Amino acid sequence: MTNALIDFVLVSVALLAIGIYGLSVKRNAIRMLFAVEMIVNSANLNLVAFARFIPNSQGQTLALFSIAIAAAEVAVGLALIIVAYRMYNNIDIADFRSLKG
Amino acid sequence: MVDSIFLALSVLTIGSAIVALEIRSLIYGSIGLMLTLSGIAGFFLLLDAPFVAMFQLSVYVGSIAVLILFTVMLVRRELIFNKIEDSRRRYAGIGLMIIMMLGIGTIIIGSGLKSMETDTASVDYKKIGEDFLTYYSPALIVMALILASAVIGALALARREDVTSDQRTD
Repeated sequence: MTNALIDFVLVSVALLAIGIYGLSVKRNAIRMLFAVEMIVNSANLNLVAFARFIPNSQGQTLALFSIAIAAAEVAVGLALIIVAYRMYNNIDIADFRSLKG
Repeated sequence: MVDSIFLALSVLTIGSAIVALEIRSLIYGSIGLMLTLSGIAGFFLLLDAPFVAMFQLSVYVGSIAVLILFTVMLVRRELIFNKIEDSRRRYAGIGLMIIMMLGIGTIIIGSGLKSMETDTASVDYKKIGEDFLTYYSPALIVMALILASAVIGALALARREDVTSDQRTD
């Protein structure tokens, strides 16, 4: 294998930094969900990369669990965004002022 | 040294991640997110983890990205093309991103990870299946319950309470 571990880790760091930029700058709720997805994916990439280079299989198993949990998280997050959109008629998170029903 | 496939994949992944956050239309943004997730799946293939790569493709690209695309289409048209951010925050965010990249990057380059290469064969994906059904089977059951409850919770959250059954036209 020609690629070293550090290349994958650097790509993962770049993706993490982009995701944190998106989370801190964007006020659009759906775009913030994009940023969360990028952060989760950089973590998954790290898991699989370290599992390849150690090598063992637990890293891949943990990455599979992480992908499944992220799917559940996105489903709930999108439902929350839809509820908030119906309530405030906007997806700007600065408009989501109260958590009261 | 890295090969050309790795370079192309990293350009695709990082570039479409930036596009997903910065392009004006949310629909093109979700397509950019789809490309980012496919790029990550390509990295998994490079790392000799075909099972995780197929899982990533089917779960992320197949379901999550499509779910996001449909949610975007539910939102009003002028909100899709509306970029809401203030420019000072944006410059601070770009600064934070560059500081994080350079800081964590220098730490990682300076650490001992650089010498870590492997010549051993990769783990057979049959081992993952055996792990799932033997050692990790309680965790697998718990994860199935979590997924089911999350989906039911999402359905219950997104249900419209103002529409009763006698108002429906069908």
